[in-house]
Amino acid sequence: MSNWIEEEKSSLLKSNQNEKPQLSKETIDGDIATLNLGPTHPATHGIFQNILRVDGEKILSSEQTIGYIHRAFEKLAERRPFNQITPITDRLNYCSSPINNIGWEMTVEKLIQAEIPKRVDYMRVIIMELARIADHLVCNSVVGVDTGALTGFTYVFQEREKIYELFEEVCGARLTTNIGRIGGFERDFSPTFHYKLKEFLRTFPKVFNEFDSLLARNRIFMDRTMKAGPISGERALEYGFAGPNLRAAGIDYDVRSMNPYCSYQDFDFNIPVGVNGDTYDRFMVRQEEIRQSLRIIEQAAKNIPEGSFKADLPDFYLPPKEKVYNNMEALIYHFKIVMGETPIPAGEVYHSVEGGNGELGYYLVSDGGRTPYRLQFRRPCFLYYQAYPEMITGSTISDAVLTLSSLNVIAGELDA
Amino acid sequence: MSEFTLNNETVLERISTHFGDAILSSETPYDLLTLVVEPTRVHELIKFLKEDEALQISFLTLLGGIHFPDNKRKELGVNYHLHSLIHNFRIRLKIYFSIENPEVDSIVDLYVGANWQERETYDFFGITFKGHPNMTRILNEDDMDYFPMRKEYHLEDATREDKDDRFFGR
Repeated sequence: MSNWIEEEKSSLLKSNQNEKPQLSKETIDGDIATLNLGPTHPATHGIFQNILRVDGEKILSSEQTIGYIHRAFEKLAERRPFNQITPITDRLNYCSSPINNIGWEMTVEKLIQAEIPKRVDYMRVIIMELARIADHLVCNSVVGVDTGALTGFTYVFQEREKIYELFEEVCGARLTTNIGRIGGFERDFSPTFHYKLKEFLRTFPKVFNEFDSLLARNRIFMDRTMKAGPISGERALEYGFAGPNLRAAGIDYDVRSMNPYCSYQDFDFNIPVGVNGDTYDRFMVRQEEIRQSLRIIEQAAKNIPEGSFKADLPDFYLPPKEKVYNNMEALIYHFKIVMGETPIPAGEVYHSVEGGNGELGYYLVSDGGRTPYRLQFRRPCFLYYQAYPEMITGSTISDAVLTLSSLNVIAGELDA
Repeated sequence: MSEFTLNNETVLERISTHFGDAILSSETPYDLLTLVVEPTRVHELIKFLKEDEALQISFLTLLGGIHFPDNKRKELGVNYHLHSLIHNFRIRLKIYFSIENPEVDSIVDLYVGANWQERETYDFFGITFKGHPNMTRILNEDDMDYFPMRKEYHLEDATREDKDDRFFGR
């Protein structure tokens, strides 16, 4: 009997590469059960389906079904003028939309070779690092929830709310921000923004340290998360991991330091790395990244240079309303921008930024038309969710849930 | 070996010495070395880039398809963005082939992460990857009978007759 189970297990392990599970009468009636984790399970934090084959609590194999919220962004982008693609990028990783927005804007700026003022860089760094903090706070507090510690989650969401208030102050929106414009920002940071940012920088570390002390050295939490869902550095690289999940596996690849964009070379910050690539390391790497992000924001807010909040790109900026109503040239520009009739060079460009989940890339092919000829997103979630079956095989279902939340798989980014 | 620095010229030279006949053209748009290569040799080339000790271009950043309906007999293409994390050097490979028989070698044996990206490319462009363990649709539903990212499928003007698209670009 046990021999048969071993054979069944090994055959299942072999067919792990996203193949259809072969159901047979023996496997249904025997010790091995099929269990659907998702698509709408509260523990999956998003719409993913995992067809697990379990022997008791132990997972023998898993197969993911994705695409439940596929919205054809790449196709949509082929029909939209460049300005109108920014709102699409909001809906990729909606926990850190500003990074997606700014990444896209910078891609177009690279294509048109725009000169960006230093002040815009610093403003962008502040916004992007705030977004990173918000993203990591959600992920880490949800890891807490999945281990049974709801307190931290409800506590740090108050701080996340403050970050959203800051976004609201800049662009009027909170979750799907559509922040910034190609070439900079719509308007300069208001005095209220600076005040609220200062308050945030003053109060956040205390709250964050409390959250940290609740979990980071908590014996129960450590026992629960250590060795849960580990992946080695080599394997993670093969899968195309990037961001905190790769750094937790011990590889210090960070786009911000390797290919500095947006004046990141001006700032002093460290890149935390883990050792084992397990849930605890991923948690700790994100915790430390929040601290480093705070450092960056402090430096940027302190040294923010004087200058314009936007580049001189009349083809992409709607002129001020008083000019539109009184000046014919401004009216023409207004009309051209709204109709998307902006001159764009033909060419192809790849640009990447460090998103909440790793290297977020944009591959843009332009044929000189009003819309991209082809736009492809490098979506980090899509790449590392592939590794999920490998990471949870042999572990228990509760560990699988924990692994999923610590990977920070965001359905919007996964399905595009 | 340590004197060998990676830049667009040296890498192109090194690839040319081994794969001179496979490289159809090369350019460097926005300072990113871009090679158009023979579709039949691309697997071999990616393997070489990954295993060559001087290059170590061993991180697959992005893989995706593209469709140029007007390039006869070279309608479909696949782009590979590769990155050497050790030398911080990026390269882009492109292959083009006919839409009649869109088949290329899979690189899943070199990069596991190519698995879903190749499935996605199949799903949207109908490009089949030889040697892929599970060449099925991934984001769209299984019984879909066309490849939606091909240019003949217009996004919104397929059924509308009241709007003249000549005035609004594509």
